[in-house]
Formats: sequence, C-alpha cells, structure tokens
Amino acid sequence: MTTPTERNDLGYNDIHEDVVRSIVKTGPKYYIALATAGSVTLLCFFFPWFYQLYYGIGAAGMNHPGVWGTYLSSFIFWIGLSHSGTLLSCVLHLTNSSWRKAMYRSAEAMTLFSLVVAATYVMVHVGRPWFIHWALPYPNQMELWPNFRSPLLFDVMAIATYITGSTIFIYMGSIPDFAAVRDRTSGWRNTMYTLLSLGWRGTDKEWHRLHWAYTFLAVLIIPLAVSVHSIVSWDFAMSIVPALHQTIFAPYFVVGAIYSGTAGIVTVMFVLRKTMGFEQYITKLHFDNLGKLLLVLSLIWTYINAVELFTGWYSGSSEEYEALGYKLFGFYAPLYWEMILFCAVAPLLMFSTRFRTSFVPMLILSIAINIGMYTERFLIIATSLSRQYLPDAWGVYVPSLVEISIMVGSFALFTTLFLVFVKIFPSVSMYEVKETMATPKIEPLAPASGSPA
Amino acid sequence: MSLFSRFLDGWRKYRKPGYYEKFDYHWTMTVDLDKCTGCEACMMACQAENNIPVVGEDEVARGRELQWIRVERYWEGEYPNARLRFMPMMCQHCDAAPCETVCPVSATYHNQDGLNTQIYNRCIGTRSCAVYCPYEVRYFNYYDHGWDSPLEQQLNPDVTVRGKGVMEKCTFCIQRIRQAKDLAKDDDRRRVQDGEMQPACVQTCPTKALVFGDRNDPESQVSLSMDDPRSYRVLDELNTDSSVFYLKKVDA
Repeated sequence: MTTPTERNDLGYNDIHEDVVRSIVKTGPKYYIALATAGSVTLLCFFFPWFYQLYYGIGAAGMNHPGVWGTYLSSFIFWIGLSHSGTLLSCVLHLTNSSWRKAMYRSAEAMTLFSLVVAATYVMVHVGRPWFIHWALPYPNQMELWPNFRSPLLFDVMAIATYITGSTIFIYMGSIPDFAAVRDRTSGWRNTMYTLLSLGWRGTDKEWHRLHWAYTFLAVLIIPLAVSVHSIVSWDFAMSIVPALHQTIFAPYFVVGAIYSGTAGIVTVMFVLRKTMGFEQYITKLHFDNLGKLLLVLSLIWTYINAVELFTGWYSGSSEEYEALGYKLFGFYAPLYWEMILFCAVAPLLMFSTRFRTSFVPMLILSIAINIGMYTERFLIIATSLSRQYLPDAWGVYVPSLVEISIMVGSFALFTTLFLVFVKIFPSVSMYEVKETMATPKIEPLAPASGSPA
Repeated sequence: MSLFSRFLDGWRKYRKPGYYEKFDYHWTMTVDLDKCTGCEACMMACQAENNIPVVGEDEVARGRELQWIRVERYWEGEYPNARLRFMPMMCQHCDAAPCETVCPVSATYHNQDGLNTQIYNRCIGTRSCAVYCPYEVRYFNYYDHGWDSPLEQQLNPDVTVRGKGVMEKCTFCIQRIRQAKDLAKDDDRRRVQDGEMQPACVQTCPTKALVFGDRNDPESQVSLSMDDPRSYRVLDELNTDSSVFYLKKVDA
C-alpha cells in the first residue's frame, strides 16, 4: 500500500478534528447553499410535477411515436450516475486500493441519492403514479400480481434491491465513524450518533466482524450493480424497436453507467475538496487515478458505439438502416455529434498526465462527459422512437418546458440531499484514512487519549 | 378456500398446454386493400362507438391524436404518375403480442377470445406497450378530455370513458362481442354465429373492405377471406402472429 506523501504530516487527531468540524461548524455559505438548492428543488421540480399531476402528463412533450421522453432518459442518467459510487468503492475495496479511502464515502452517498432521484423520476414518468404500488408484488384480496415477464418489473426489483444494498453498505461502513463523531459531540448530535453508531466500542471483535461483513457486502454488491443497469437496458433491448433491439445494450449501459458515474465522482470530489477544506485528503493522486479509469472507460464506450453502428449496418434490414441514418444525419444529429465530441474525443486528453493532475480541466471534462452521457440516453430514446416500422407513424419528440424544469430541479434535489448528507455523515471515512497512516507512538506511561474508534 | 389451493386451481386451469394458443373464439379481421377507398368512415364510426374524445387542433398538431383506427396513406412515384395507397391500421390483436409481455401490471393481456385486451383500470401509464408495439396503434390519454354539453349525452353507455394517464387502443368492439356472446348464451348456450356481430368500423365500411368473424369457424366469411391468395399480414417477419389479415391491392 502506498501512502500519499501529502498526508504524512497529519495525525489521527487532525483527521477527527477536520471531519467533526465539517459536520458541526456550519457557516452561512452552507445555509445559503441549502436554501438555494431547497427552493430550486421546490420551484423547478415539485411545482411543475404537481402541475403535471393535476393536468395530466400532457404537460410534458411526449406525443404519439415518442411516448417516452426525457423523464426516462433522466431516469437512466441518474441510475447510471449511481453506478460508480458503490460499485467503484466495492471494487477498490476488494483490490485494496488505499487511494479509495478518502473519497468512497461521498461516492457511496452519490449512489444512494442518485437512486433516490431516479426512483422519483419513475413516479414523474408514469401516467398514474398514484397507482405505482401495483408494480410491486404484494398479496392482495384481488389476487392480482404484477407481470413477472415484464422487463419493467425486473427493473423495479433490481432497483429496490440495489437501493437496499447500497444503503446497508454505506451505513455499515460509517458505523466506526459515527462512533468517533459521537465521542466528540454533545447535545442532540450526541444522541443521534449514539443511536446511529449502534453502541460501537471499537473492540477487536467488532472490527473483525465489520471487516468481514463489509467485504462480504462488497462482493455482493458488484454483481448487483452490473445487473441493475443490464436490466435497465432490457427495458429497451427487449422491445423490437429497430435501433433498440440490440444484444450489446446490457454491456453498453453498464459501461455507460460506470463512465458517467466516474465522471460524476470527479465533479463531486472537486466540489468537496474546494468547499469542505479537504485539500489534504482528496489529492492529485485521486484525480490521476480516476482520470486513468475514465480514459479506459471512454475507450470501451467508444468501441461499443462503433459496434452498435456496425451491427445496425450489418443487419441489412431497411428499418435498421433508416434508424441508423436518422441517428447520424437526422433531426437529432447535432446532439449525436455533440455526444461523440464530449464522450469519445475530448476524453482522449486524459492520455496526458498533466491533464489528469490538473483540477479545473478535469472538472470541466467531467461535466462535459456527463452532458454527453445525458445526451446519449436522450438519443437512445428519441431517435429510436421517432423512426419505427410504419412510416405513417414517424414523428419528432421535443421536450417541453415542464420537462426541462424538472430536469434542472432534479439536480437541485440531488444537491439538497447531498447537502443534508454532509452534515450528518462523516463525508470522509476517518478510520480508513487512518489505516493509511503510520501508527502514532504512544508514550508508555501517558494515559490513553482519544477514543479507540 | 385456502390461498394455496386457489393457487393450485389456477395453475391447473391456466398452465395446461395450449391454453395460450387455442381460444374459444378467435376473432379475426381482414382488410381488402383493393376495396378500401380511404374514405375514413371507419375512423368516424370507431370514434362514435368507443367514446374516443376529440382532442382538438393543438393536440393533434403535437401528435397526440386519439384514433383507434387510422387510414395510413402512402404515396408512390412522382407527380404525374403519383399513386396513393391506403392502409387502415388498427390494433392487430397479435397472438404473440410484444405489448403484453412488457406491461409491468398486466394491464394488457390475451383473453380466451384471442383478443388483446386493455384494462383501463389497471393501467399505470408506463407507456411501454406503445413503445413495444411495432404497429404504433396504442394511444395515450395525455389529458382528461371532456365533452362539451350536450355532447356527453351521446356517449356510448357500454364503453368506459378513459381518464388521463391511461393507454387505450382498438378492442375489436369488445362490448359488442360480449353482448353477442351473452345473447348466444341466453339462447340455449349456442355459439355466436357468423355475422351476428360486427365492430363499428366493419359495420360502417361502405365498400365492405373490412370483414370480421371467428377464425375457429372454417365456414365463416373471415376464414374464407383470409385464405385468399392476396392475403398477408403487416410486419409478419416480426412473428407477432397478428389477427388482422390484409388482402393485397392488385394493380390493374
């Protein structure tokens, strides 16, 4: 294990103080940010949504061939963004990468909140969300069950499992840190952390069990993360719509998800580093490593896109040709080429180490990648539905103001949840950062100081 | 009856081989494109029979029309030699329907009349069936459409009025089928005879281009019509096994 050189001057206590400070000390900037995010959520997300609930989903821009729209592409986008958090954290935990330790807590939180936003989007998307519980298998007097053949139902199951798994994973990994914060706070915070830490005392047995359970969950979550996005892709690939009916879709979606999720982590890392004063914990090393990962993912993503075009062409069927031509040169073509620029061409800059270790360019690139990936999800739906089998039913779908507002609002919703999170959860894993440091020498006769956690 | 024994009963009833292939009646329609003049009377008849709301000019311009049957127009050739072909397109009641598999709440399913049915009450509006349907014949209620007084007086009492957020489509006028079956049942449990009932579009077609009946009866008009050498099914290569047969237009 390598220890980042920039951290060597830190002691155990500095970490505690830094992290507890980030929770307890709240400046006016935080409140301004929270109030802004909260009100934008209310104005741009919930208000248009209630308008849509009242008048009907016609408030969005969907029409006859384009019955699916940005609500679904946003849903895929948020599910995708959720991916890298927990998945990356699990993979890095199992491969013993120590550079993970400073950033994984916020990455996992990203997973959780993206999933929450995605689940909300499902409700925004369907025509009658007040009956959404019918998609769950629960015993009822009518003996009505959901349709177990439906890929949408697989989706409900997969996402419910994923939310449960990631919640347990992030919570369990935080228990020692809750205990550490508990020992350094007073009042209602102390009560809250006492409850959250489940009586953690930091005995050998507890540590042993935590590590065992944590590794077990990490192994469990990796296939889950892969399956979730494969299943989301089946919503599309199991149809017989020309450009959607492709076997490459499952890996395509998984790679796309990890890709946009990793880019999302870079963005969140940058913001956390600047605003929370974590310069010593989130370093160039993290950006360098994440950059390498992003580069590899962008190359795989580009390859899969090429494969998608090739299979469309190779199929030789007129519908596939039409869909392909429409995607490349039709109404939505500018968006397609924008996506290629942001997700396939621009990431090649990361071949340069200097680029990977510069913070601001990485931030810009990570945002560009996510804009490109959002476009990808939009195009998958919009271009394919616009050109289906019967030319009489061809059409164009353009999002409405309500949809755009809800899209903006969903980012505010995510930010609000994240802002609440940083004040409750220790957003850097203290005990794992400490593991990367040299054990401090304790004077033989001095009384023990600090908590064992 | 315990839950388990009810489950077993259901299993015995529905999991027997052929349950999903052999139907009591197998309602089928043929469309003779040689006879179709594109007059769109079928569309009007359908609108009146099935309480399909008039969505208005703006909504039609946004591509949100509600019409369970539409007459597709295909132009061939350039101006002096241009040709116009019509193809009435309605729900094909596929026996292997893509829309039925995707609905998460089974709001659309295949009944024992070989019909692809849509249960408005159960629909939660995911609209995935409309995506999966290759014929694009499923229509979504984007709003609650009302009828200005006194137009609500002319609604058909046998057909549900659909609210916002619900998918709808051609039912082969299931209310008429049910009525015919009820009458036949009251009348000494005989089978519905050929020509005893017709959907609104078939009844209206001035050139008799549309023929409707039970495919299980080899003597029925529709069985004879679908054996015509001109007969084909739209997008048959997708193996949807649809129940609407088109008779090819033969150019003179």
